[in-house]
Amino acid sequence: MARRAERPRRGAHEVTHERDDRPDPDRLLERLRAETARASRAHFKVFFGFAPGVGKTYAMLESARRLRAAGTDVVVGVALTHGRRETEALLQGLEILPPRRVEYRGRMLEELDLDAALARRPGLLLLDDLAHTNVPGSRHKKRWQDVLEVLDAGIPVHTTLNVQHIESLNDVIAQITGVVVRETVPDAMLERADEVELVDISPEDLLSRLREGKVYLGEQAARAVQHFFHRGNLLALRELALRRTAERVNRDVLAFREEHGVESTWPTADKILVCIGPAPASARLVRSARRMAAGLRAPWIAAYVETPASTLWSDAERQRLEGHLSLAESLGATVVRLSGVNISDPLLTYARRNNVARIILGKPTRFRLFDLLRGSTVTEIVRGSGDIDVHVISGDAAPEPTARDERQGRAVISPSSPIPWPKYGWAAALIALTTGLAALADGQLGIPDVEMLYLIAVMIAAIRFGRGPSVVGAALAVLGYDFFFVAPRFTLTVGDGRYFLSFAMMFAVSLVISTLALRIREQQQDAVQREERTAALYALSRSLGSAADLAAAARVTAEHLSRAFAAGVVLLGEDGAELRVIAVHPPGTSLSPDEQGVARWVHQHGRSAGLGTDTLPGAKVVCVPIQTAASAVGVAGLIPAEPLTADQRSYLEVMIRQAAVAFDRAELAEKARQAALRVKTEELRSTLLSTVSHDLRTPIAAITGAGTMLRDDPGLPPEVTAEMVSTICEEAERLEHIVSNLLDMTRLESGAIDLRRDWVPVVELVGGALTRLRTALSDRTVTAELPEELPLISVDPVLFEQLLVNLLENATKYTPPGSPIEIVAAREEGIVSIEVRDRGPGLPPGDEERVFERFYRVASAGQPGVGLGLSICRAIARVHGGTLVAANRPGGGAVFRLTTPAAGEGPR
Amino acid sequence: MSGEGPRPTILIVDDEAQMRRFLRASLGSQGYSVIEAESAREALQLAASHNPELVVLDLGLPDRDGLDVVRELRGWSRVPIVVVSARGREDDKVAALDAGADDYLTKPFGVRELLARIRVGFRHRERGDGSPVSAVLEVGPLTIDRARHEARVRGELVHLTPIEWKLLVLLAENAGRVLTHRQIVERIWGPSSTTLAHHVRVHMAELRKKIEPDPARPGLLLTEPGVGYRMSDP
Repeated sequence: MARRAERPRRGAHEVTHERDDRPDPDRLLERLRAETARASRAHFKVFFGFAPGVGKTYAMLESARRLRAAGTDVVVGVALTHGRRETEALLQGLEILPPRRVEYRGRMLEELDLDAALARRPGLLLLDDLAHTNVPGSRHKKRWQDVLEVLDAGIPVHTTLNVQHIESLNDVIAQITGVVVRETVPDAMLERADEVELVDISPEDLLSRLREGKVYLGEQAARAVQHFFHRGNLLALRELALRRTAERVNRDVLAFREEHGVESTWPTADKILVCIGPAPASARLVRSARRMAAGLRAPWIAAYVETPASTLWSDAERQRLEGHLSLAESLGATVVRLSGVNISDPLLTYARRNNVARIILGKPTRFRLFDLLRGSTVTEIVRGSGDIDVHVISGDAAPEPTARDERQGRAVISPSSPIPWPKYGWAAALIALTTGLAALADGQLGIPDVEMLYLIAVMIAAIRFGRGPSVVGAALAVLGYDFFFVAPRFTLTVGDGRYFLSFAMMFAVSLVISTLALRIREQQQDAVQREERTAALYALSRSLGSAADLAAAARVTAEHLSRAFAAGVVLLGEDGAELRVIAVHPPGTSLSPDEQGVARWVHQHGRSAGLGTDTLPGAKVVCVPIQTAASAVGVAGLIPAEPLTADQRSYLEVMIRQAAVAFDRAELAEKARQAALRVKTEELRSTLLSTVSHDLRTPIAAITGAGTMLRDDPGLPPEVTAEMVSTICEEAERLEHIVSNLLDMTRLESGAIDLRRDWVPVVELVGGALTRLRTALSDRTVTAELPEELPLISVDPVLFEQLLVNLLENATKYTPPGSPIEIVAAREEGIVSIEVRDRGPGLPPGDEERVFERFYRVASAGQPGVGLGLSICRAIARVHGGTLVAANRPGGGAVFRLTTPAAGEGPR
Repeated sequence: MSGEGPRPTILIVDDEAQMRRFLRASLGSQGYSVIEAESAREALQLAASHNPELVVLDLGLPDRDGLDVVRELRGWSRVPIVVVSARGREDDKVAALDAGADDYLTKPFGVRELLARIRVGFRHRERGDGSPVSAVLEVGPLTIDRARHEARVRGELVHLTPIEWKLLVLLAENAGRVLTHRQIVERIWGPSSTTLAHHVRVHMAELRKKIEPDPARPGLLLTEPGVGYRMSDP
């Protein structure tokens, strides 16, 4: 079967496809891109053989010695000499990377030290045995994943591989040799190789080497080995290996031709689509499709159609489906998940839209009756396929455990889930109840009514309990009907032969009804699940829409992820070179240092890792990169109670993508905000400089003048000396005042103020301010009206006193000397107000708000100062959650009204 | 200080040369002998070798936190310490006072203020903690008779609650010197008390109503914003 699939007949439309003599510009562009990528990526060479013992390691080491002689910095990561002297001799003089020793089940095992290899950065790393499975607990499950990481780091690698380890040939080889190989390597690895060197000897030579004991057989059972090293097997394996290599050579030739404008025999890029499901045979379908695609060098797609019936699959079936999908992915397929009421429609629609030339289907093994009821998928697809070729490939009826299942140590579960006995009981009880009801109403009901009653019961059983119970219910209904209601009653014998027809019809109608009811139920369940996911996604996007900044977006995402996957969630964002926790849910969730390591790896490599994935599967956390179009912005780490299924993981990725967009947007918004802030700060700075330079220079000039006078002129009269000294003191005080105002303003503006709130009586604040301004207020009548019932207010005592000092100072500056000042505090609805009232000239009309602007000074006043006092007052009021406004008083003068929240009754 | 006996030695710790120059000149002219240190290390060395009578310590030192100097000095010396720091660093001052400093000054300050603090520092040092004190304390218009448990303002008897009495006596005993909220709580309610700073404020407000003629313009019971209280020592 496999061979048939490798040489498929050509589809009709391929022949009619028009050819163009000029190379397709798009393809040339793609080639150019590929060339560039290849030039920049690390060289990867595979020494390829058809069986153990052909001399791959020997060939690899020999070539490494040559390269070393030519000056390449060669390091041996892993070389399995298996004690063969000739091979060991080749290792002499090569640098060998010390292995990592791992204890596993009481044995000391040696593994590649990946981190050491990456840190060493050799010019060439030798890693024997590409198909090797790492000891559990290593970073990757497989050596080929290690190789990919090394290559990604830009380090060239040489490795060895036997043909039986190639994933797509796995089942063919199992058929030929009877030995199931569990260690497989995705075909993509061989395709990634820049060079494949076939190491070939004749099977006869190999067998004689085997007899001489020169072939290392590992710990495989002797019988299996003998079976494997059978001459016929070796011939077949050699053919496969040669053909694989030849295919590569052929492709290189074609590529060369195309590159150079030689008329191409390249077939059109018709796609192959394989439709898979949970049936064990699907694995074969996938491999067949892969071989067909490789033969045609066509891209291929593995599609799975989710229908309402999918909702009834057991966990085992789902796991198997996911296994098939990831097998297809690892073999290079594009995996698509379609959905619809049936399989054929969405599949055909997708195929048409995507220029699919061939569809591969499995041969159904189902009972015919279902096809009658539901319509055969194969028939529907063939009928609707039009000019698309449809290949129907037989599947093994017996469930074939896939290598994957065994690898992961899962029990191979039979397709059906345990029988839900209680549901059968309920179905039977329902029929019994119906029988009872019909018996009670016996006499009123005619025979057809009883039949109807049973049909309703069967339908209910179908809806409530599923297929099996409803079928049993239908059978019981027929029996009950016969026993209780059909004459002669209370026997199973039937007087009138026509009743047999009636029973058959009743049973058939029951089945049809139950099938229909079931489909409705399935569709409904399906719709509900979809609805839930859509709703969750919608909720997430809505919450993200209203998230103001990155922190809020992260918090929202963490919450939603935690709810959707019943998992602890930690979101990490990029902070320079490090990852920093930006949100967790539920609170208290955290990552251990190891788990942080997983997250870092994910961030660096842009791939998911951790629990349930192929990389670091031993971790308790599963980490998914958060990537935007521009860059990787962070990592989402989930600690679920149970490993996520691949289906859940792809749903997770959808949610993360949505979050990533929001993060991106939040970051842009943040950048825009910072840019705006910078502009504003810049403006402020220039105003500040121009204003301050004048205001600072004036007192400095006065101090310098007076100081030099005192120093240079010792014979000054005492009254002049006294005047100079007091000028110095006053001006220094003014200077200090300006500087502390500037400092206060800067601290308040930058938000660097750390409020030290405490409960303080208003009288203490007012008292403090009046005490500080004792001298300045000495010529004034200051009345303080502070009622007894004033509550304590929660403020920063130092800042709030400063606020009052500034307000009072402002009043002394802008009102005539000797005019009165009143301080009136009152408790109002939810606030405490403090008013500072004066009897000065008042504020220029319309300037009541402008007085709070920075550097604003009432033009006429001619008072010294920088115009910061009031803006500082307002800033202090605001950081306390209060307000400060100014107004003119009836009867002349200004009033500054300060309010601050009165939090309930305060403490005590 | 009169000319009797040796001149008291004051250690000035400040990394700014101008500040040291000003302090040296002003304190020297007042008859004190002045030694200077630029760093915490030097300050501790000089304090150990010269055994000064008082230390004026700037909290912002280049090598170590001034607070460390206070703690270390208090490990082996009872020398009065006056800390100096800028406005807005109230937390530093409170920490230094709680660690055992005697008083503080906010930069910039005048000579008169500095000398007043130094005088108070000396007075409390002379009196010491263990030395017997007379039963009657007089601070400005206030007379406190501890034996008779009586307080009079300008001769008039005031009625105080037990807490107010303790508060008043504590402040009067330390007249001229600042007491932090924590120091007041510890001395009145005990070291393990859960009493908060705002309780002190409430009692203080009540006390002012009884002692001060105008509680909004206190003359005796002064607030040191963000730090604590001080009874003025005219």
